[in-house]
Amino acid sequence: MDSITKIKTENLELFYGEVQALKNINLDIKEKEVTALIGPSGCGKSTFLKTINRMNDLIVGCKINGKVIFDDIDIYGQDIDIITLRKKIGMVFQKPNPFKMSIYDNIAYGPRIHGVKKKSSLDEIVEKSLRKAFIWDEVKDRLKTNALSLSGGQQQRLCIARALAVDPEVVLMDEPTSALDPISTLKIEDLISELKKNYTIIIVTHNMQQGARISDRTAFFLSGEVIEYDLTDTIFTNPKNPKTEEYITGRFG
Amino acid sequence: MSTKVKDTILSLLVYLSSFLTICSLVAILGYILWNGLGALNFNFFMELAPSIITTLLVIFVSILISVPIGICAAIYLHEYAKNKRVVELINFAIDSLAGIPSILYGLFGLVFFVITMKLNWSILAGSLTLGIMILPTIIRVTQESLKMVPDSFREGSFALGASKVTTLLKIIIPAAIRGIITAVILSIGRIVGETAAVFLTVGTVDKVPDGVMSSGRTLSVHFYLLVKEAIGPDAFNQAFGTATLLIIIVLMIVLFTQFLFRGRND
Amino acid sequence: MKKKLDKLAELLFITSAIICVLALLLIMIFIFYKGAPSILETGVFKFLFGVEWQPRAEVFGILPMITASVLVTIGAILIGAPVGVLTATFIVYLAPKRIGNILKTATDVLASIPSVIYGFFGLMIIIPFIDRFLAGGAGGNSILAAIIILSIMILPTVISISESSMREVDISYRDASLALGATKISTIFKVMIPSAFSGIMAAVILGVGRALGEAMAVILVSGNAPFMPDSILAPVRTMSANIALEMGYASGAHQEALFGTGVVLFVFIFIINFIFYIVKHKGGVKN
Repeated sequence: MDSITKIKTENLELFYGEVQALKNINLDIKEKEVTALIGPSGCGKSTFLKTINRMNDLIVGCKINGKVIFDDIDIYGQDIDIITLRKKIGMVFQKPNPFKMSIYDNIAYGPRIHGVKKKSSLDEIVEKSLRKAFIWDEVKDRLKTNALSLSGGQQQRLCIARALAVDPEVVLMDEPTSALDPISTLKIEDLISELKKNYTIIIVTHNMQQGARISDRTAFFLSGEVIEYDLTDTIFTNPKNPKTEEYITGRFG
Repeated sequence: MSTKVKDTILSLLVYLSSFLTICSLVAILGYILWNGLGALNFNFFMELAPSIITTLLVIFVSILISVPIGICAAIYLHEYAKNKRVVELINFAIDSLAGIPSILYGLFGLVFFVITMKLNWSILAGSLTLGIMILPTIIRVTQESLKMVPDSFREGSFALGASKVTTLLKIIIPAAIRGIITAVILSIGRIVGETAAVFLTVGTVDKVPDGVMSSGRTLSVHFYLLVKEAIGPDAFNQAFGTATLLIIIVLMIVLFTQFLFRGRND
Repeated sequence: MKKKLDKLAELLFITSAIICVLALLLIMIFIFYKGAPSILETGVFKFLFGVEWQPRAEVFGILPMITASVLVTIGAILIGAPVGVLTATFIVYLAPKRIGNILKTATDVLASIPSVIYGFFGLMIIIPFIDRFLAGGAGGNSILAAIIILSIMILPTVISISESSMREVDISYRDASLALGATKISTIFKVMIPSAFSGIMAAVILGVGRALGEAMAVILVSGNAPFMPDSILAPVRTMSANIALEMGYASGAHQEALFGTGVVLFVFIFIINFIFYIVKHKGGVKN
């Protein structure tokens, strides 16, 4: 199964002021697969994730060298429209962060800011996105209620729906289940497996079993470097690097 | 002295101080309301109409000038500013403005807006002066409420490809709106109670103003003149009535801001 | 398009912030520009240390006003600061939650009462009291009356800023002290209050600024005589009162001398603000 490369990084380095947080990252992320980023806390996996939709731009003193190539274009090159980039590369955060507005408005927020105004189109997008995120049946009768009244697991699926509503090609997920209970976690994992039919997914996870269950490929990060990147099966059954083996067998982290 | 005796003395002092604080308030409020509530009747309000109208106009124009600037400055400080030097300079200016006494604002308004800018004694000259005076309140309270908006809201919006302005207008400001309203109401309280800066810029003429270029006499200035110059035999009765009205206004403001604040904690 | 809008908005925001700086500069420049010539004409020394204020003869010495401002401010701080800090102590550490909330509301109300009403209260209640019981009928308009009114007026400033700085002290300090067997009261006074010291200082400094600058309330109770006081019961005129009293009708050299008074007041206030700024930033106190 040699699929198409969706995102490719070349000699990617990232500095926070003087501190180097990412060193020489070269990864090929394949289209319509789930790529898991694993590693101990502070290893740079979340930082790496945020370079892909340039969320690190928000941090003062953050400097990036190297390239992140998305569909043959370097996203750190000149004349890149960050707004369009973030529309194509959606993100789901560690803690569910619905806005303080109705369920409907949360989903419609993205399409609206990108110019969709017609009520019927918005209705359609909202329903489609909520269905894709497996939450339509739970909320269809109360679309006008405040999104903050939902449970944590529902909120996170809502946030996934919100990300899908702007029709992205890639969805970045930063430990999306770390704040959720096991049942909600399972629902989100099912959802991810379903979503990869249409989307390229990159997920940061602390939970190795989760990585093994849902991903096609896994990258193991340590101290800002990629130690090993391979098919998930290979990483978990036959790692080449002894450090990877130590980590996945639970000797540190 | 034994610890026990020391502790007893210290706690007594603490209780005494708190008691004094409460007593001061009760004495002032009680005295004014007791003597003034009876003066509030239809005639009283008719006589006071010019001052009430002037006060409302001054409030309206000052808020109109100051609130947009104050909110924008707070947004700059909280959402944009990166250069530490610039932030320090602006913070220093805001703290200094907050510390300038109102009589100096009055002097400044007189020489700058009334004389140099040739606005004469007018509601506009006074409102511009008061507008600067209330800027620190508006900025600081707005900043506090921007701090309460979780960063996850900002991230969520940016990640969907929203621009900074869109995020501000649709996510951050709506989430901070209670604080912004609180800032406006606190400023109204400050303007209502202000005398020194007002009588040097708006004037003391007791008439219904016919526009923002007209001079006038606000409620507080009216009250000051009643007390200071005791015009006419009925002056003290009128003074009690006006003081009562002022007290009722500021009480309503305090209670309303507390209500807004409590609503936020729910 | 959107990028341009973003840039434009940022420009609007920074302009607004810059307006604060410009306003401060404008205020300083205009007050100095109107007031400094008068001081220089009279002579700095004669203006600051002259004891005669006779506008009609164009004799302008403001030592009596400086003295009055300093005295009433010191007096107000001596009463208002301890009462305020102890009230804050009560609210933060000793009061049941409901009573603490009542006191906080009371503080907010005290803060929002217009200063002329404080003056009126002093005029109607405190002055007759001083006149009857302390001055023996010689009149109650005095330094003492101004001190009493100002010490009430600075309470809210002192209370609310002390309160918030006390609340920022790490509560584990208290537990640590209690665990060592210290009593609750000595923990509060030996550990908690000293830890909030810089914030409390900031509160007191702001109180100084408020007392020094107050004009209208002081005018109504202090008697306004521009002479050097010889006792705490003597009538005095502060710098702020001097400006507010005569600005309404002054012109020419007289008006300029009032601006000169404003310059001196401004310098006092600016020094206080500066100290406040230093204390606040050194101690990391939130305003």
